[in-house]
Amino acid sequence: MSLAELICPAGTPAALRTAVDAGADAVYCGFQDTTNARNFPGLNFTPDELAEAVAYAHTRGTKVLLALNTYPPAGKVDLWQQAADTGARLGVDAFIVADMGVADYIARTYPGIRLHLSVQAAASSPEAIRYYCENLGVKRVVLPRILTIPEIRQIRSEIPCEIETFIFGNHGLMVERRCSLTNYLTGQSTNMDGVCSPASDVEYVRDADGSMSSQLAGFTIDRFGPEEKAGYPTICKGRYTAPHRPEGYYAFEEPVSLNLSRLLPELIEAGVHAFKIEGRQRSKSYVRGVVRAFRAAVDDIKAGHEANIADLIALTEGQKQTQGAFDTKKWR
Amino acid sequence: MTQLTLGPIAYHWSADARRDFYACIADEAPVDEVYLGEVICSKRAPFHEADLPATIERLERAGKRVILSTLAEVMLNRERRATEDMAAMEAHEIEINNAAGLYARGKRPHRIGPFMNAYNEATITWMAGQGATHVCLPAEMPAPAIAAAARAARALGLGVEVQVYGRASLAVSARCYHARAHGRTKDNCQFVCEEDPDGMPLRTRDDRPILRVNGIQTLSESYIDLLPEAARLVADGVTHLQLMPQAVDMVAVTQVFRDVLDGRMPTGEAGSRLAMLSGDAGLSNGFYHGTAGYRRIAAAAPT
Repeated sequence: MSLAELICPAGTPAALRTAVDAGADAVYCGFQDTTNARNFPGLNFTPDELAEAVAYAHTRGTKVLLALNTYPPAGKVDLWQQAADTGARLGVDAFIVADMGVADYIARTYPGIRLHLSVQAAASSPEAIRYYCENLGVKRVVLPRILTIPEIRQIRSEIPCEIETFIFGNHGLMVERRCSLTNYLTGQSTNMDGVCSPASDVEYVRDADGSMSSQLAGFTIDRFGPEEKAGYPTICKGRYTAPHRPEGYYAFEEPVSLNLSRLLPELIEAGVHAFKIEGRQRSKSYVRGVVRAFRAAVDDIKAGHEANIADLIALTEGQKQTQGAFDTKKWR
Repeated sequence: MTQLTLGPIAYHWSADARRDFYACIADEAPVDEVYLGEVICSKRAPFHEADLPATIERLERAGKRVILSTLAEVMLNRERRATEDMAAMEAHEIEINNAAGLYARGKRPHRIGPFMNAYNEATITWMAGQGATHVCLPAEMPAPAIAAAARAARALGLGVEVQVYGRASLAVSARCYHARAHGRTKDNCQFVCEEDPDGMPLRTRDDRPILRVNGIQTLSESYIDLLPEAARLVADGVTHLQLMPQAVDMVAVTQVFRDVLDGRMPTGEAGSRLAMLSGDAGLSNGFYHGTAGYRRIAAAAPT
């Protein structure tokens, strides 16, 4: 049976303490710069804050994973290496990496610290995963959110490392590492800057007919009627028109959250070692609610009881949710 | 001398269209190297695989170097097999676009494709140590990073390639957005992507062109055009300039680039000609100039 560790988001020191107290097995966080893929204003840690966070977590038996999961542009590699040096000095339990150069630096400099392969590396086949395990010593892979459970089971049987999957939160549907949509419209890069549809470029514009346009860098990502709630202009969750779809449609995906609660027993049985809850940008109370509910469910399943899945499903009540690719390949 | 390359066809052009296209390229286009192979969707490969040996022969007879490109996304068994088969090839150079290909290739020589995220000198050094001989940089890299990456790659003896023409690949997904637009899924797509030889246009709801869909791939609406920047790219150490095939007169497009590189056509005149050849597509160079990719930044006055 898998360990079924719960990996929980910590966007701020307060959220980190909340996640630890709510029963996280590990928390993941990043520094306040481009070295991680949630480089959002007001989020993340200074080195001093991380030092305190590591102490708080370790005292309570919780691991701290440091996300260094963006791609340094040439000429700026130092920033990532310094972040790794700082993380190693502060005693983080693992680095979550995507870039081969960053991974190689850590593998050579800190061979005693675990390397986890970020979803930002998008390793989606046994061969790709083995490449990172055999050449760079990766101990765990975070799988992209594009695989079905039978596919995950198959991968599990063919790789020498642990598997972590997303279980709850934002439903990213582009292959991570390959998405430059934000950079195309805003000039800020997801891969190099850790930025996705940044708030600084968002505007809500009331149109003459009472409808509301949500815009990113001046592009209308969606338009909402007077009765609709205007959503955040994430490019891959917008509505557009196409020659066959003059009415406007969600060309990529609806604004849904991923909620795999129903699949939790099956994922544990498939040998998934760790479950990741997305949401470093979320509030403390969100983190508390989600982590507590998943803690209870995982403990129940590990003890051989039925989990109270209803609580988990209620977490996304009122929002649209999906099981994405995990449930059926028809999603594709 | 700076090499002009023709990237792999991203779209689902019919077997006939591909045969005609490569016949023209072989006979008339002043490109030095041509990448062949299906990079985007493994379902399309059977339509043109049979022609591959003849196409290779035709291009090589015309003096072009042929490189075979592997799939960008490897997930299904048929994709794993295709990647493994390609990686086993000894007769031709191969360009790898997925870590599964790197695994299969081991330390035998190979090129690193644009989907591999070779963003920096540390990664390029790592890749060179694993057998890479050439690296194509991601399309979103700004000029200073290109220069720094090229310097490192050249010092290691690697070729350095940058896309200078055609739509930029902005995203790849497991989901087929062409099928989705037609109410289908990837498994029963009926190859509807063949209807859009230059991608399916998406417009914002206030009718502004924004993106193009090509199966599982999302492309820029505008064509990258780094013709005005070509001289600086070369001065910064870039050895290969890549043109991505679009549904325009690609022979004429390559001729414009060749003429500018050889000093036979002034940049201003070449720019007008390229804009005309590119039809309705906007031309952009924002990524290179460190701003939004869709933007067109005017060249600074010569100093």
